[in-house]
Amino acid sequence: MHVVILGNGISGITAARFVRKLSDYQITVVSSETDHFFSRTALMYIYMGHMRFQDTQPYEPQFWKKNRIDLKRARVERLDAGSKTLHFDSGETLAYDKLLLATGSKSNKFGWPGQDLKGVSGLYHYQDLETMEAYSPGLKRAVIVGGGLIGIEMAEMFHSRHIPVTFLVRETSYWDGILPAEESQMINRHIRENGIDLRLQTGLKEIEDDGTGRVCAVITDKGERIECGYVGLTAGVSPNIDFLKDSGLETNRGILVNEYLQTSLPDVFAAGDCVELRQPQPGRRAIEAVWYTGRMMGETVAYNIVADTAVNRQPSTINRQRYNPGIWFNSAKFIDIEYQVYGDIQARAPESHVSIYWEHPEGRKSVRIVYDKNTSSVLGFNLMGVRYRHEVCNKWLREKTPVETVLQNLALANFDPEFFKTYEKEVIAVYNRQSGRNLASKRQGRLDEVIQFLKGRAVESRG
Amino acid sequence: MNAHNDTSLSIAQPHGLRLSAKVGLGLVGLGLLLITAAWFGAKLPAAPGLLAVSLILLAAGTVIHARGLYLHLPEGIKNNGVWLRSISSKGAVAWLIGIVLTGFYVLLYWFPQYLGLGSKDVPNSGLVAFFDPLSRLLNGNPASQWFVYGTLYTVAILAMGYKFILKYRHNRYQVVRTISVMFFQTGFAFLIPELLERLNSGKPYFDKDLKNMWPLNYDFFFDWHLGNLLKGGNFGLFMLIFGVAMIFLISPILTYFYGKRWYCSWVCGCGGLAETAGDPFRQLSDKSLNAWKIERWLIHSVLVFVTLMTVAVIYSYLAQNDGKLWIGKDAFAWGTAAFFLVAGGLVFAFRKRFEGLKDQTAWLVGGVSVIIGGILLINTFSDAKHILFINSFELRKVYGFLIGAAFSGVVGVGFYPLMGSRVWCRFGCPMAAILGLQQKFFSRFRITTNGGQCISCGNCSTYCEMGIDVRAYAQRGQNVVRASCVGCGICAAVCPRGVLKLENGSTDLSARTDETRTIRIGKEGVSLL
Ligand SMILES: Cc1cc2nc3c(=O)[nH]c(=O)nc-3n(C[C@H](O)[C@H](O)[C@H](O)COP(=O)(O)OP(=O)(O)OC[C@H]3O[C@@H](n4cnc5c(N)ncnc54)[C@H](O)[C@@H]3O)c2cc1C
Ligand code: SF4
Ligand code: SF4
Repeated sequence: MHVVILGNGISGITAARFVRKLSDYQITVVSSETDHFFSRTALMYIYMGHMRFQDTQPYEPQFWKKNRIDLKRARVERLDAGSKTLHFDSGETLAYDKLLLATGSKSNKFGWPGQDLKGVSGLYHYQDLETMEAYSPGLKRAVIVGGGLIGIEMAEMFHSRHIPVTFLVRETSYWDGILPAEESQMINRHIRENGIDLRLQTGLKEIEDDGTGRVCAVITDKGERIECGYVGLTAGVSPNIDFLKDSGLETNRGILVNEYLQTSLPDVFAAGDCVELRQPQPGRRAIEAVWYTGRMMGETVAYNIVADTAVNRQPSTINRQRYNPGIWFNSAKFIDIEYQVYGDIQARAPESHVSIYWEHPEGRKSVRIVYDKNTSSVLGFNLMGVRYRHEVCNKWLREKTPVETVLQNLALANFDPEFFKTYEKEVIAVYNRQSGRNLASKRQGRLDEVIQFLKGRAVESRG
Repeated sequence: MNAHNDTSLSIAQPHGLRLSAKVGLGLVGLGLLLITAAWFGAKLPAAPGLLAVSLILLAAGTVIHARGLYLHLPEGIKNNGVWLRSISSKGAVAWLIGIVLTGFYVLLYWFPQYLGLGSKDVPNSGLVAFFDPLSRLLNGNPASQWFVYGTLYTVAILAMGYKFILKYRHNRYQVVRTISVMFFQTGFAFLIPELLERLNSGKPYFDKDLKNMWPLNYDFFFDWHLGNLLKGGNFGLFMLIFGVAMIFLISPILTYFYGKRWYCSWVCGCGGLAETAGDPFRQLSDKSLNAWKIERWLIHSVLVFVTLMTVAVIYSYLAQNDGKLWIGKDAFAWGTAAFFLVAGGLVFAFRKRFEGLKDQTAWLVGGVSVIIGGILLINTFSDAKHILFINSFELRKVYGFLIGAAFSGVVGVGFYPLMGSRVWCRFGCPMAAILGLQQKFFSRFRITTNGGQCISCGNCSTYCEMGIDVRAYAQRGQNVVRASCVGCGICAAVCPRGVLKLENGSTDLSARTDETRTIRIGKEGVSLL
């Protein structure tokens, strides 16, 4: 049984590791990007000098040999599902019994004039980092187009090297499609506090050629011309599936898969950024291009690949697993402000969502807890500059815990380092003011309490 | 230029240094210049004042430099450009500093006369003489090379500690911890012993640093030291009892509650220097599995070595003083053997209670039996001076040379810019080895991982000075319980996703290292915990 995995990102590699744990099959991982798996999320830290490329690789080179995972560096040009073969650009082929497509994303380009000039690039692949590096010496200004997570990372990257940055954001406030207004404005302030030229409600009209095929300026939709030697296109990503168009695979924006992560073709699975779920779980999107879903899909699909094989049709088999990512969580860091989210936090929340929002007077930390007006059960947590425990929030959300119970036990969620000032009292005070209640914190948040809570004991607060 | 665009707000490259940061460096340079001039015998006017001036230049220069470096920037992690600068990425500057430091340690340990150390008839000269006034002021005697070293060491911890505090000023754990090491170095390691020396000036020398524990302080049980302690009156006796209590009582209790960090990154002087002056080099520690393997062999061998040597030395001491003390040499040897047998046996008997024990049981029990065997051999074959046919004085000389000087000093600090700041603590320190064993098997301390939030970026592993691959645990949702972790908390500080927290708890003592996968596949789908 030969399992071939196309893509050595988090999805493909997690799948490979679990197929190895669950079976003895031959495993080959194919990728054109790098020899070894690295953490895409850490690309920025290489450029900023926090780490070397090798530091972003979670496994040492000998890991692959030890676990009998064969690595192949090659670009796949075509999938022939009929004969179950991959065709490489070198002309070579590779036959598979089971195939996993984990090809990730590519940066969006929206047909801007000049978008293919030299010095214009997204930030997704390792090669994009090399491009940034090549254009950095002597660079007078970089313009970044698109105010999402990758955009702000790119702004921080150039900024770390003293390269002036202009950051064009189409929306009225940074990432305000996802972040509620207060948090979004906090990040606006923070971007400016760092000396980055943030232009809100400003889009890109065109990129100018200096006559040699290289960028020399951008023109915004407000008609302003900004001279620059580099343009970063960070207006989102989309599934990287162009080379699969003629393979007979059913695709929409991404590769369509069912709840077992099976594609429309026999023996072909898909996982990660490149996937579009036919039926996402309620409250989740069909395409979720984040690290965590890639990792969860990778693990799930490994079970399904192994469960799906004839070799495995004996008693004591490994069972198929439905992909169910559970409750949404995510995190990021906006320059120096850490961000964590658990559950359902919406930028423009429906009327039934009530927010308890506390912000530190210095404006670099905040806690938002959202609950349902009618049932009063907790719906989500949005944290800026404060760390909360994933497991604790997850349990509250899963059990639809009443918001007052959550508040009284809020100290259990705190995950900030020792000696940090805690803010449970302040958050509860906001709620008391809003609701005329008089709640008080009932916990210290000691680890022993937390573990007991998670193990299901002492669910109700004492006293 | 646009008003919203201040590029000096980033600190990636040296050319971005603000004027005050440069001035600070200049003052440090001036201080070093003065000290060097004194060393080479320049006729300096008003030397006592000049010593003060140069020490103040070193400290104030560092303070000004640090303020220029950090204060104008928003609070947060300041690792921009670490791998782009020569000094922090094993470049030419790093080699230069490494060689100078190593050279200084070689002179310090083996050729103090070149630093200007005098003898009975010859007064101090050069560098050592330059420090005479301060030494006289504190302890009443002329300086020794160790006084020079202790003073510079303390100044380094204070000045670089200040820099560290500014760098991590958003993180109270780091601030509190650093104030602690600065306090213990200045008070317990430097001022108090010097002043006590003055008060006890009639009595023979013994160590007066309360926090300096055996086996880091390996000569604690040497015959001359035991003898001097016993001749040291009430205070000497107190130091003896306190020293023994530290090893067998105080330190195990504190380690049980807080992990070895209470010592290694809050109190210890070696740790103090590593955390402050060594901070710019923490990323250089080797994270490979191979390095981990070497570490375990090396550090535990040193532990076995120091234990054997100490037992041998005490044994010869007792043999020479047979009948004069309340314990005889045979009773001591058999008592020690019994102690190790019982301790080893207990660990072995309860190994099931400890998750992480499996792979290490072999060498642990092995190490213990080597010690016991060694002791028995001593008793059988030795006269007062010879242990295993080796002279116990030779044994201690070898230890002092190899471990006490070459490893802990020359390699330990000299190689900061090339191998990271904790080479000694990680590969050599027998104190760290003992505390590490306690931390691993019997402590409430662990680093917890925050569910599924890890993005495997590698910042934690990169900035772990002990070379622990923290990410390997974090990315699969496992707590970190490692013997070598000194609890510096930097992994938790640099993590961009808020994944790590240093915690103490007794609820699941034996299951601390359970592999809780971040994501668990079950009937209800993928879930956490
Ligand atoms: C700068 C940046 C920062 C990010 N930060 C975060 C974050 O903080 N948190 C978060 O949750 N997510 C983050 N993400 C998103 C996250 O990195 C992705 O969701 C995740 O890496 C996707 O993993 P994957 O395995 O699905 O695909 P990828 O990692 O994209 O792996 C796919 C691999 O397949 C290769 N490949 C594709 N097609 C072919 C072919 N035809 N032939 C050969 N090889 C091929 C690609 O070259 C690539 O190496 C970030 C992304 C970027 C770019
Ligand atoms: S694991 Fe973390 S706390 Fe422990 S030594 Fe390493 S960086 Fe410090
Ligand atoms: S624990 Fe934090 S620093 Fe370490 S790899 Fe995970 S996200 Fe990165």
